[in-house]
Amino acid sequence: MSKAVAAAFRDEWGQVVATLIGVTGDWDLAEECAQDAFATAMDRWPRDGVPRKPGAWLTTTARNRALDRLRRDAVGAAKLRELAATDTGPGEPPEEIQDDRLRLIFTCCHPALGFEARVALTLRTLAGLTTAEIARAFVVPEATMAQRLVRAKRKIRNAGIPYRVPPAELLPERVNAILGVLYLLFNEGYAASEGTNLVRQNLSAEAIRLGRALVSLLPGEPEVEGLLALMVLHDARRAARVSPSGSLVTLEEQDRSRWSAAGIAAGLSLLETALRRGAPGPYQVQAAIAACHASAPTAAATDWAQIASLYGELSKFVPSPVVALNRAVAVAMADGPAAGLAIVDGLAASGELTGYHLLPATRADLLRRLARHAEAADAYREAIELTTSEPERRYLSGRLAEVSGS
Amino acid sequence: MRYLLLIGGEDTGTTGSSDQTSKDVCDAADAMAWAEEMTRRRVLLTGEVLRPPSDATTVRVRDGEVLLADGPFAETKEQMGGFSVIECANLDEALEIAASHPVARYGMVEVRPIWD
Repeated sequence: MSKAVAAAFRDEWGQVVATLIGVTGDWDLAEECAQDAFATAMDRWPRDGVPRKPGAWLTTTARNRALDRLRRDAVGAAKLRELAATDTGPGEPPEEIQDDRLRLIFTCCHPALGFEARVALTLRTLAGLTTAEIARAFVVPEATMAQRLVRAKRKIRNAGIPYRVPPAELLPERVNAILGVLYLLFNEGYAASEGTNLVRQNLSAEAIRLGRALVSLLPGEPEVEGLLALMVLHDARRAARVSPSGSLVTLEEQDRSRWSAAGIAAGLSLLETALRRGAPGPYQVQAAIAACHASAPTAAATDWAQIASLYGELSKFVPSPVVALNRAVAVAMADGPAAGLAIVDGLAASGELTGYHLLPATRADLLRRLARHAEAADAYREAIELTTSEPERRYLSGRLAEVSGS
Repeated sequence: MRYLLLIGGEDTGTTGSSDQTSKDVCDAADAMAWAEEMTRRRVLLTGEVLRPPSDATTVRVRDGEVLLADGPFAETKEQMGGFSVIECANLDEALEIAASHPVARYGMVEVRPIWD
């Protein structure tokens, strides 16, 4: 039975909170009443059975609870009269009928809020993670996270951030803000290795769940579908990314039989749907790159020429030296290490990536493949100096020993 | 809701002073056009252009004593050159109005909700 409540919690929390914010305009009250409703469900469902529509049951229970509490204090009673007045007002134009969850996600990801606040608010109000869980996921003290959430909600109220789906002229920019939050959540979870806390790994699943919800709430948006495809394709490789001893396994060395065929198929079909709309964007291009990797039966069979050209496409949307570095790696795979090295040396000369450990690490790798061992060793040493990641340092030190020994 | 727009630019020492450059005059015309448009839209309640920070005096009272200092209270490169008070439905609208201010193109506009 608690399983039924847990499932309802996962599926319905965001909707219940979103509806309650819509009814009361009070984020804290909405969360508290949603919590009460789930506690009541815990109590009643074992006795009375799971209601036919758990979501509707929970929303009604939470709503009644909120109305009760509002009636009890004077300010609340005034607010209720106000609500009653607007409720009985002339019928709202049809475009004003908006899904509450969609209004909530746009508000949580409003660009007037700091990025960290958007992430925290999305996890708390939409995904239903507790403040303690979010704090643990981002390795900050719980009090810090609580403060972050309080400030964000206060700003929404005091600065007049509207609880709505933005009008068409703001939509592309605002959808982008949401996608940025979801992709960060996904990556935070994806980068978490086995053995780091479970809450953190859960972030990827939450990001995919929210991505699915967004695809159904904003149908026909190719970049939304593109991001979901990208996340699903990465996630399909999750099991192969970590060795039994807990260290990260590079794409090249992963056991491809451990990739999820169903996940890859789902990702590819999402990507195809997105691309058919004929409006490419950075998430679709990244998903297309992930698709090249995911559909290669062996590392050697990877279509590197295609990947190199996709990185070229990506750099048109995201002109960043990191994208250029990735392109160099793909070019090296397609046309040989010398061609890749020429691009990397150009990047190094531009100085844009100074201090970024993957620049010397990539150079080192290409020099090693060209058997220029002394130069490779220098570059490995530089990379080791710059990296902050322990597994990475181990990997680079191994390579350094290899080129120094020969 | 009412919002205060703090119109800030790099302090060139010429804002509102008599030794205006042709650029300042051009900016003034742009700002005037903006104010007219916002008045027509009935969002602009009031607004003023300020003399430069070098003409400011900061006042504090400590232990009953009035302490004066030459200059603005924030010694930053960006200085407030003017302000507007607008009335609009929500932050999105206030941000759109702020973004349409000519100074936003090279300086910056802080949008601060007024405590109602």
